Order: sequence, then structure tokens, then C-alpha cells
Amino acid sequence: MTATTQQQTGTTVMTNVEAVRTTLHDALVRDDRVLIMGEDVGARGNVFLITKGFLEEFGPERIVDTPLAEASIVGVAIGMAMEGLRPIAEIQFADFIYPAFNQIVGEAAKTRYRSNGDYTCPMVIRTPYGGGVRGALSHSVSIEALFYHVPGLTILAPSTPADIKGLLNAAIECPDPVLFLEHKKTYRSVKGEVPGGYYTIPIGKADVKKAGTDVTVVSYGYNAHQALDAANRLESDGVSVEVIDLRSIRPMDKTTILDSVRKTRKLLIIHEDNKFGGIGAEISAMVAEEALFDLDAPVRRLAGPDVPAMGYALPLEEEFLISTDEMVQAMRDMAKF
Amino acid sequence: MATTITMPQLGETVTEGTVAQWLKKPGDSVEKYEAFVEISTDKVNAEVPAPVTGVIRELIVKEGETVPTGTPIAIIDEVGAETPAPVGSGSPSEQVAAAAPIIAPAAAPANGASVTGANGTSNTGANGVRVSPAVRRLAREHGIDLARVDGTGDHGRITANDILSAAKAAPSAGVAAPAVAGAVAPPSTAAVATRAKPSYAGARPGELIPLTQARRIIAQRMVDSKRTAPHAWTMTEVDVSNVWKWRAREKDAFEKAYGVKLTLLPFFIRAVVESLVTFPLMNSSFTEEGIRVHPEVNVGIAIAADGNLIVPVIRNADKLSIKGIALAAGELIDKARRGRLGADDLAAGTFTVNNTGANGSILSAPILVPGQAGIVTSEAVVKRPVVRDDDSIAIRSMMNVCMSLDHRVVDGAVASGFLSDLKKRLEAMGPVGSL
Repeated sequence: MTATTQQQTGTTVMTNVEAVRTTLHDALVRDDRVLIMGEDVGARGNVFLITKGFLEEFGPERIVDTPLAEASIVGVAIGMAMEGLRPIAEIQFADFIYPAFNQIVGEAAKTRYRSNGDYTCPMVIRTPYGGGVRGALSHSVSIEALFYHVPGLTILAPSTPADIKGLLNAAIECPDPVLFLEHKKTYRSVKGEVPGGYYTIPIGKADVKKAGTDVTVVSYGYNAHQALDAANRLESDGVSVEVIDLRSIRPMDKTTILDSVRKTRKLLIIHEDNKFGGIGAEISAMVAEEALFDLDAPVRRLAGPDVPAMGYALPLEEEFLISTDEMVQAMRDMAKF
Repeated sequence: MATTITMPQLGETVTEGTVAQWLKKPGDSVEKYEAFVEISTDKVNAEVPAPVTGVIRELIVKEGETVPTGTPIAIIDEVGAETPAPVGSGSPSEQVAAAAPIIAPAAAPANGASVTGANGTSNTGANGVRVSPAVRRLAREHGIDLARVDGTGDHGRITANDILSAAKAAPSAGVAAPAVAGAVAPPSTAAVATRAKPSYAGARPGELIPLTQARRIIAQRMVDSKRTAPHAWTMTEVDVSNVWKWRAREKDAFEKAYGVKLTLLPFFIRAVVESLVTFPLMNSSFTEEGIRVHPEVNVGIAIAADGNLIVPVIRNADKLSIKGIALAAGELIDKARRGRLGADDLAAGTFTVNNTGANGSILSAPILVPGQAGIVTSEAVVKRPVVRDDDSIAIRSMMNVCMSLDHRVVDGAVASGFLSDLKKRLEAMGPVGSL
């Protein structure tokens, strides 16, 4: 790892992928109940090298290479979790999670409810998601909206190293199942300071990454970084944009969103996942229900198109993704409206 | 085609109405179902919607004038007929089409993300430009006339900030006429002398405040009541320490859950209706045929709103819990404040409660609502040293309850029995319980 320590602040600058790695490592050291299982997490050290060296350090009982069988990975982890372990199941790419859908939705999310609280399911399912890395049809998908509808699931999608560390620790601590989404384009493109030592960030708290007065932008994942860039670009033009990084997709931080919308009176939601029935639909419905009379413009969504998948060809991939320029334009239009 | 609008009949027994305010002036365009005049009858004010889309040709009846129902009050030139329509008053569908581009500018096509389009609902300011919910709300809160605000948004749209700037420029009393270029509309009655008119709320020494319709009616009722019903008066004091604690414990959660402030009033009304059920004579009317004991317990609440005294009624209050009463009262008070009470809200009262304590009174002699046998007041809650049954002295929250009664119906024995019963019920409430 290439982490550089900054002694004077007690923080370390690292990338998102390093943040995942060090947080997992610390958890394995800290808590004997924690174990990692998934495809290529052992001998290969994970396809992004997140768990490289873990097998040697912690042994095959805690770093478990599994067959290519996602339903089994999650199903076995559910059993471990119900019996007192703290499994961290990895789905190699979010695109592969579909075989595990029944285990996640039908079993994990309902364990506490079905057993009337006798059993809980303290497990984390980590998975890299999102496009923009030429991953083509089966390595680019966003899956949050598919699981968003399910009560009993927590869905986290932090975008910075510090948030990843705090929320991954919170997820491991959480007594119920957590779907932990890592945008793969941020893995090595995003760097930031991470506080030393153990800490958690409360699940369900969004973060205002930049304060502003003219437009509220709600986003998450790689888009949140683009939105921040766009907002900073507009600052010199006198357009003041507030950027909220959701971090926690479910539960959703209604308070932070509503407070901001009541201030700016305009809301732009940005996500890479398909627009129809996406996270933005829920946010805009919530704002319409709770803050209609504070809105001075129609709520707007910039989101992925309704096409079945992201193409491999560069023009197709670019067509699917939202560019920072488009974000700048949308923010400018809304401020001017 | 010209449509003649007549004075509507606002209620079965109503024979005449007063034009309280014209909301449009000649030359203004008006959409079907859009309110264009405020009519007052009795104590009810109602906005009357236009039956057709068109342009106001003539306002026949002046503001303040009272005419029989059926009398022509205005003429609207219907759009789409031979009458040439002024600019900006197309058919509803044309208006939607024209407004749509303002709402939905060209969206980024790459992601198929477009701004929510026109939703077809009428949300226009007086100048025909659509306004957002925030603008509409802020304009109402600050009393800003949208027709007089220059929009700085896209395509001249009025933004929320435009309203806030206008409000800052002209605190209260609306915006001082900024003179729209080229506007040569004939001076309407609505525009004349709206400023600094002597008013009940802003009374100044030396003024003669003209009587409003409502004020005349209040005066007439008060005189009628005092003249016909021999008022007797009695009072008791109540230890409300426990119910006061109960309320304090519940009030934050209640307001959060229901959006209504939990005052002492619903507790008080609940005790009053229980006592009324025990003493049905207090819930009756004197008539020449006999004393009519009412089958329902409908409790009026005296409210001061907009310089008027209004008594909206909670129907069948004996069937409601404290929570139910609080919500019903909250809704009526809210309607009263916004001038939205209908005839139904004001009718059929059988007994009245007056929360005089809200203004700090500790003793009052209320006048009966004509036809009712009793009216009670809840006075201010004050802490006082009280000698208790065991001769100890304690600091207790005390409240006076005063009652006026129609002595034709009720004698002192019944009245005192009722008040003692009410006192017992109030003192037995709390400090815990179910709302």
C-alpha cells in the first residue's frame, strides 16, 4: 500500500480502495468473529487486491474462497451471522448479485422480523458497483434501486475514504444486514484524508459536502464527486450550489435534504442508476410530500437512461454516464429558473 | 359571448349578499373556476368562482353594496366567442401550451433527463404567468400582489427571491403601485383607497371606522341576547394542577404528531360536554312552545379573528375524545384565521365555551349566544397558595370558570350543580391519562 502518513494531523491520505482494505484488516484484527468470504478473496487477494495478503495473515478459516455461487455465499453468511459470527460476504461485482437476490431479500432482510427478534442477521455484503471503467455489460451496473424497496435492509454507498472507513465500521457493528456499495471508479481516482484509529459514522446521516444557497444537489457515489467539481466551477460565476452526499441510501436522511431544500427551494438529484423508479424518484416524492410549498422550481433528476445496460464501446458508455458538464449546465439552469 | 353573473345564494335561508371585494377589475382575464369576487353574507365570507373563462367587461355592483340574490353583479366576456380576446387570455389549452416552455426548458438529452413538464393544474399569478408553490405561499404570507412584481427568473418568471425583495421594499400593506408600463385599465373600485382606510385592527384616535357587515351582525346579536335573555352570572374556581401537568407532558409529542398545539381548551371542553350530558337542561333553548332540550351537544368556541368575533361549532362534541376535540378545534381555529369558515361550521351550536384566559383575563361576564342557555369561560391559569382540606398550604395552578346563563331556562340550583360537576371533572383529570 502507498498510504502516506501525516503525523501532524493524525490522518492518513489514502484512496478509497486503501480505505476499504485497511478497514477490513483492522476489523479482522479487532474482532475474532469477523471473517471474509467470496470469489477470489483468498489466494487472488480480491480482483482489486483489497484482500491481498489476508489469507496468509488470517488463514483459510477467516478468509474463505468460495465457488462461483452467489446464493451460497450470501446464504452461508446468513447462517454464520444468525449463529454469532460477523461475516463480510463479497459479491465480486454487483452485476453478479442477482442469484443472491432471494437470500438477501427473502431471508437476510426478514430474519429479525420472522423470528420476532430472536435472531438477527449481522452481516455485511460488500460489492463494487457502477461504470465508467470500460466494464461493459456485466461489470458496470448499479443495483441500489433493486434493493431500495426492501424494508429490513440497510444500503450504504459512501464516496470518500473517510466515509468508507466510518461507515464500513458501522456496517460491521450493525446487528442487521447491510448492503455496502463501493463505486469502482472511485477506488483509485478518489483520495482523501482518513482519521487514524477506530471510528464509526452514524448510518442514515447524509453529509453536506459543500454549503450553498441557490440550488440543492443530492447525489452519491462517483456522481457526488462530479457534482462537487461542478458546484466549485459555478462558484466563480456567482452560482451557489449546496452538495449533499447521501452516503446512506436507506435509511435516507430526510432532515438534511429537507433543511437544504427549504433553504435553496430548488432540488436537483443526480445518480448513475436508471432514472425510472430510481433513488431520485423516492427523494423527489418525499420532498413533494413534505416541502411542496417551499419549492420554487420543479424537482429535476439527472440519471441514467432507461436502457438495459452500459455498452462497452466508449461512445455508448459516455452516452450512459452523466458528464460533469451536464451537471454544470443543469445547476446553472436551475439557479437561473 | 357575454355571461351575466348574478349574486349567488350562499345558504338556504340567505336572501341577499354583499360584495366584500372584487378580486378582478374590468379588463382582467379570468379562468373558469378562478375566484373573482368575495361575497359576504351574515358572518360567512365566500370566494365565488367564475363560471366561464373570459375577460371581465363590467363590475355592476360596488364593493360594500348589498343586493338581493339573483341580481346581476358582473358581466364576463367569454373567450372563444366573437368578442376579440385581449392578449394572454387564450383558451385553457393554449395557455398551457404557452406556459409549458417556461416550465420545461430544453433538458440535457443525453440522459433522457427532462424537467417535469406542465402538470395541467392552474397555478397562475394575476399576470397570467405560472408561479411556483413557494412563490404563491410567500406572496400570500407577505401580502404581495403578484401582478405588481417584476420577475427576474427565466422568461420573466417571478422567483421566491423576487417576492422576498418586494416584501422588504414594502413592509406589509402590499407593494406600492409600481406603475406597469402602458397599463391604462380603467380605475377599478378595488384599486381605489385601499391604503390607510380606517380599520378595526389599526384604529387610530379621531377616526370613524365604518361598520363592516360582520360588525353590524355582532352588534345586533349582542343587543338581542342581552335584551331577550335575562343573564345571571356565577363563578367557581378550579384546581387544574393535575390536568395542567398532563397537558405539559403530552403537548410536544402531540404537536409533533398532529401539527396542532395542545392547549388546555380541549381538556376543558371535554369536561364541559361531560357535565352537559349530566345536566341536559344546560344544553337547551328557551322557546315560546317550551324549553327545547337539544338531542346533540354542539359546542361553540368563541374566537377573535380579523377584528370579528366568530363562534365556530364542534358538532357532537360529546362523542369526541380530548384528542378529537383538540383536532376539531384546531381545524376550526385555523379556518377562522384564514377566513375560510363555511356556514356549516358556524351553525347548530347548543352551548358555548369562551377561552378568555388566553388574553390574561381572570374574571369575565360573557354574553350568551342568542338561543343558548349557557356560556362558560376558562380564565387564565395562575399559581396561588391554597389551603387544602388537611389545613396545609400548597402552591396550586388555579383557574376561574365563569358562567352566564339564561335565567328563563335555568335556575341557580341547576347552574351551581353544573358548575360544581364541571369543577369535579376538571380536578379529577390527570396527571396521567389517555387523550
